[in-house]
Amino acid sequence: MVTTDRDALVPVTMPGPVPLTVVGGRPPLPEYLKQVWQRRSFIYALARFRIEAENQQNRLGMAWVVLKPLLNAGLYGTIFGILLSSGRPPHFVEFLVIGVFLFEFFATSFTSGAKSITGNTALVQSLAFPRMALPVAVVLQRLLQFVPMLAIMVGAVAVFGHPVSASWLLLVPLTALFFLFNTGLALIAARLTVHVRDLNNLLPFITRITFYTTGIFFSIEQRFADDPLVLRVASFVPLHEFLTLARGILLDDPAFEAPPEFWLYASIWSVAVLVAGVLFFWSAEERYGRTD
Amino acid sequence: MAAPTESGRRPVVVVDDLHVEYRVLATGKRASSGDSRGGLLHRGRSTRTVHALRGVDLTIHEGDSVGVIGANGSGKSTLMRAIVGLTPATRGTVRAAGRPSMLGVGAALVKELSGSRNIILGGLALGFSREEIEARHDDIVAFAGLEEFIDLPMRTYSSGMTARLKFALATARDHDILIVDEALAVGDKAFRKKSERRIREIRDDAGTVFLVSHSMKSIRDTCSRTVWVERGRVVMDGPTDDVVDAYEAK
Repeated sequence: MVTTDRDALVPVTMPGPVPLTVVGGRPPLPEYLKQVWQRRSFIYALARFRIEAENQQNRLGMAWVVLKPLLNAGLYGTIFGILLSSGRPPHFVEFLVIGVFLFEFFATSFTSGAKSITGNTALVQSLAFPRMALPVAVVLQRLLQFVPMLAIMVGAVAVFGHPVSASWLLLVPLTALFFLFNTGLALIAARLTVHVRDLNNLLPFITRITFYTTGIFFSIEQRFADDPLVLRVASFVPLHEFLTLARGILLDDPAFEAPPEFWLYASIWSVAVLVAGVLFFWSAEERYGRTD
Repeated sequence: MAAPTESGRRPVVVVDDLHVEYRVLATGKRASSGDSRGGLLHRGRSTRTVHALRGVDLTIHEGDSVGVIGANGSGKSTLMRAIVGLTPATRGTVRAAGRPSMLGVGAALVKELSGSRNIILGGLALGFSREEIEARHDDIVAFAGLEEFIDLPMRTYSSGMTARLKFALATARDHDILIVDEALAVGDKAFRKKSERRIREIRDDAGTVFLVSHSMKSIRDTCSRTVWVERGRVVMDGPTDDVVDAYEAK
């Protein structure tokens, strides 16, 4: 530290009015977001290092990021596709892989985002930085882990005979929207668990409900084909929109064509959830380091 | 209000009639407490209010190194946490120039990562750029005396090693308001000497340091001014020797 020239420190400069600020107050939103942006390399480093640490603890390392959802897909495929094979949608394997992989990104972002403050008390209590960096880093970590999954997913779809096309590039904006959506959700969940620790116990339950109710291993369109009300409701469920859009992009079958308005709905959801998440998280900024 | 107010030195921390009350759940309650309320929100738990600070006034100037002494449970740590903003004031305010950082004996920053990674993360969180922190990395490691262990995950560190690393990291930054809460106590003698020297350097550089300690020797060696806290109030505030003498005579 002591790099400054000692002689220069003799009080020649008269300090101006003291910029004393109330400790524990939160900065106004634009200033706060600027601080978060200034910590972007912290956010990125945290995400990268976490992935590294997770990989080092397992012998198969990075492979688990892909293996876990693949095993999940295999398990659910066997149970719901083969054992209870009623109402299996066409192209079942690809259908399932897309569903399970996208869901994995969503669920891990949500679960670990919810724990991002409560699980990092040492960091929060010893260093001063905008706390929003923590949930954002978690979702960024999941995004970085989603990229190899995306590659496997695209590969699997191609292997099953769907022609590779330029429109597959639409997965990039879709992933970006999904990232915004997951970030907003993680911010909301992160603050909620600070207020109500009990929520941590509910997290696996919430993700499981979501898993079974969104069309991951079954097709909502097929199952509720004669129930327009359910279809109408489903079209406003963000996760359903993301899944439908991804399947529409990748699967070469008119049955999976996604309604174009889903792009609009998904964008509105993403931006709205992100904005709500930022506001909701920021307005309790001074609360996060507290121990009582 | 506070003791030494040489003109020309600007105040960096101003504590004004600070009260802190904790509402804690009284667990291990007696069965006879007549707690028969049911319901999800009450669950028969009763809260008790602990008045940890009862009106503290302090003005700290740049270049001060302030010792904070008092018995266990006197409110020292609560006062420090309030100055950092980790504990909200029930009444009164704390104002500071910049955001103070606090160094406690607590856990590693991210315990599954190596010491080296923690230095980088901690530095970035403190607002260093990647280049700045990499330039300082070796100095921090050398100061903490952890060259051999810096690539091991921090969960394998002893509490002394963790505290050394955190101290080295926190003091790698210039002109800060730094609060060292008992962190030196876990270090060995050599490290204590070294860190006391570092604290004096920060003070001489117009930084401000608070040192919470039960070692009167550390306080005498490093602090120009000492605040004695007892039962949530400042009992005495003045030049270190006077205050420590009075404290020890008690």
